[in-house]
Amino acid sequence: MNPRSPHTSPRWLNQKTMAMLSVGLFVTTVVTSAFTEERTPTTRPFTLVPATAPVGRDSMASVKAFANVYKVLMSPRCMNCHPAGDIPLQGDDSHRHAMAPRRGIDGKGVYAMKCTNCHQPTNTPGLHTPPGNPDWHLPPATARMVFQGRTPNQLARQLVDPKQNGGKNMAQLLEHAHDGLVVAGWTPGEGRTLPPLSHAEFTKAWTTWIKTGAFAPKP
Amino acid sequence: MSSIIITINGKDHSLDVDPQMPLLWAIRDVVGLKGTKYGCGVAQCGACTVHLNGEAVRSCVTKVSRAAGQKVVTIEGLSKNNDHPVQRAWQEIDVPQCGYCHSGQIMSAAVLLRDNPNPTDADIDAGMAGNICRCGSYLRVRKAIHLAAGMERKVSSRNE
Ligand code: FES
Ligand code: FES
Repeated sequence: MNPRSPHTSPRWLNQKTMAMLSVGLFVTTVVTSAFTEERTPTTRPFTLVPATAPVGRDSMASVKAFANVYKVLMSPRCMNCHPAGDIPLQGDDSHRHAMAPRRGIDGKGVYAMKCTNCHQPTNTPGLHTPPGNPDWHLPPATARMVFQGRTPNQLARQLVDPKQNGGKNMAQLLEHAHDGLVVAGWTPGEGRTLPPLSHAEFTKAWTTWIKTGAFAPKP
Repeated sequence: MSSIIITINGKDHSLDVDPQMPLLWAIRDVVGLKGTKYGCGVAQCGACTVHLNGEAVRSCVTKVSRAAGQKVVTIEGLSKNNDHPVQRAWQEIDVPQCGYCHSGQIMSAAVLLRDNPNPTDADIDAGMAGNICRCGSYLRVRKAIHLAAGMERKVSSRNE
């Protein structure tokens, strides 16, 4: 049969349209899920899944995966650059960074105290010397993306809120697990412990959390 | 080993060195400019501060490879006649005690004033917190930075 026959074309269009609609519906439900609780803070997340939820949306699996995500994000390798104040943290005990470098507007430091003045493109050899990455920085002042002190519920909601996550949509959030500076947390340089899960395990938990609906655990 | 070209104080230097060599070693031991000091070797004190493309990097942890093809300014190249406002203010206030930290202090202060010509005490503290002085000359450093800022303001108002 001629593949361009009038019979195949509409069917293909239909399938494409359906696929786009379901992807759109999925993304919309995922994006809204983290706000749902904000509007009804006393409601348990497990009651929020509509009966017609698209395949893959699963609040139990999502909350379970987030427990692993949270463990990693609150480890010093991630949290030290997501401080509550404007000075990064340092070391396995997350003490305030020596010499108190400031975030600056763009997250790259101020004046003679810019991150990359000390943090080189690669780790500096030696115990407790500055770890390196070409893109070393804190979140910018406009989206501080604080992890320090956040409960699992607060952090989950914050992560999927474009107003608080640097304008990331779900696809960009999924991709963020592979960001160079995120991955650098697993090669932190001598004298620093690794995050509690491997990067592969973290990526799996992160992806599962998002793809099953990005549910926030109970407050 | 292929040679690495770095522009230091406006002059091209072709260096036959390991690209992993700290820039500080190259500046002091290969090029022979001894004004930049070695304090800690691990980015903790600021004595080794030089400008790399205008930023106050710590040359003890900056590899020569990062500076390849780039512009480096050391304390010897900050001004032609030691008359950068920061240098003049340093002389006027007589800031140094032993002096060891001060080439780094001056290089950091120059970047601070370029980025913020009218700094407050808090701005100075934020910008200079990485330069350690074992003699404790911090209050004179702060005073000299205010003086240098005033000198620059005078020059720019005269030019207006
Ligand atoms: S010698 Fe470079 S910071 Fe101390
Ligand atoms: S003047 Fe002596 S270390 Fe600063």
